[in-house]
Amino acid sequence: MTIEEQQQEIIEDFEFLTDWMDKYEMIIQLGKELPLIDDQYKTDQYKIKGCQSQVWVYADYKDGNIYFTADSDAIITKGLISMIIKVYSGHTPDEILNTDLYFIDKIGLHSHLSPTRSNGLASMIKQIKEYAFALQKLEQK
Amino acid sequence: MNGTDWDIEAIRKDFPILDEKIYGKPLVYLDNAATTQKPLSVLDKLEDYYRKYNSNVHRGVHLLSQEATEAYEIARRKIAHFINAKSDKEVIFTKGTTDSINLVANCFGRRFLKEGDIVLISAMEHHSNIVPWQITCEEHGGELKVIPIHENGELNMEAFDQLIDTPKLKFLSITYVSNTLGTVNPIKEIIVKAHQRNIPVLVDVAQAVQHIPLDVQDLDAEFVAFSGHKMYGPTGVGCLYGKTEWLDKLPPYQGGGDMIKEVTFAKTEYNVIPFKFEAGTPDISGAIVLGEAVDYMTKLGIENIQKWEHYLIQYAVEQLRNIPNIRFIGEAKNRAGAISFLVGKIHPFDLGELLDKQGIAVRTGHHCTQPLMDIFSIAGTVRASFALYNTKAEIDKLITGVEKAASILG
Repeated sequence: MTIEEQQQEIIEDFEFLTDWMDKYEMIIQLGKELPLIDDQYKTDQYKIKGCQSQVWVYADYKDGNIYFTADSDAIITKGLISMIIKVYSGHTPDEILNTDLYFIDKIGLHSHLSPTRSNGLASMIKQIKEYAFALQKLEQK
Repeated sequence: MNGTDWDIEAIRKDFPILDEKIYGKPLVYLDNAATTQKPLSVLDKLEDYYRKYNSNVHRGVHLLSQEATEAYEIARRKIAHFINAKSDKEVIFTKGTTDSINLVANCFGRRFLKEGDIVLISAMEHHSNIVPWQITCEEHGGELKVIPIHENGELNMEAFDQLIDTPKLKFLSITYVSNTLGTVNPIKEIIVKAHQRNIPVLVDVAQAVQHIPLDVQDLDAEFVAFSGHKMYGPTGVGCLYGKTEWLDKLPPYQGGGDMIKEVTFAKTEYNVIPFKFEAGTPDISGAIVLGEAVDYMTKLGIENIQKWEHYLIQYAVEQLRNIPNIRFIGEAKNRAGAISFLVGKIHPFDLGELLDKQGIAVRTGHHCTQPLMDIFSIAGTVRASFALYNTKAEIDKLITGVEKAASILG
């Protein structure tokens, strides 16, 4: 599935959910699908700065594609990182760097997240893009 | 007190914001320890000031300036009366509790603190009663020591007795009520014991002045600090009460207008208290409006407010106790204002977020008491804090809200 298609799928997941509690249940549900980071990477090195709860993201590079694993001590945060990883994982650094996330706006999350949560979300996306950027540079060498 | 002799419906009508809807649901505001909502009389007074007599104080001969000055000084008198200060001049307008504590820490440090001297605080202090003293100690070679607490959130008084037993101790700065745990400290006993050793005391009453009748003469602390916005007044203004002899002893905090008697380039003669500590144009409207907030609380009666809130807190604790896997952070016998808790392994941010989506405003996180969170080995808590306008029905909504959130998050 392309990044576009993945985003579309998440948007469809949320399409019929009007109540916010239902949307959160969906986010939490998606968190359960998160490929978990190996415990050895749950260190400061892989922790995302700018999140109030703890989030760790690890990137694995295989055959030109990046595969992300992650975890968080907060369940909603875990759901958010899970959605982002679902969209980006298994794609090349180029694809990740050249596609913007619009599903967060589309499902109405952006306007409803608390500012601290929004900042945290932005930090997660930034971190993922930084991984892609670093791996892209590595590839060009 | 029960629901019958406190006209909660009439009181709630005084607070227009309580009619607001959050995500289409009625607002349940339980973040009062962060800031309280403001009654209509306070809002009206603010508008009135800017519409009718906005002018600078203590300066002009013109009528508006005289009116503004009079209103500003009346507000000071009201606050002095509210806390039973011996004299109006013992009430200094500041930006708030943090500013008040910084003033004392800075000025006391500069005049009195020497290398090796000790300043004592407690483990349940807000950052604003930790950091100013750290800065002062760092500057003057002092040492900051901390009174530990018991697991239930009460102060360890045996440890306190030991910690004050040293001639190196020069100052004690402590909170009356913990903003995180809701613990009410045995403040009179603490002050008496400090005074037996001639140690001056600052009491942070930011979480007490709106809940508990306060008589600074009876309390006998050298300094008392509080914020306007946590007692139904505006943000940006607060007070420092200080005994006259101590305010006279301290050097000025900031230099500028109003705090001077005479300025030459060679030397400045400082004004008398309270003006010595009110450099620059003060928050005139804030002070005047805080006076109005004090009137509002006086009209209802602080004893009645205390009874109502006590009833609410007792009820809330009882109801919360029924929630499976609830853990109270702080279970002091004597408590006021706030209840901190966690449910199972649920992250407080998650719980807070799902409460918010149900229209329930609570605070989540470390509540500016990170060292206290470290003691309990937690990242934060969910804190529900109460004010005179909260209702039993709102607590029921909190309980249902927590249960619903827990069922999704658990």
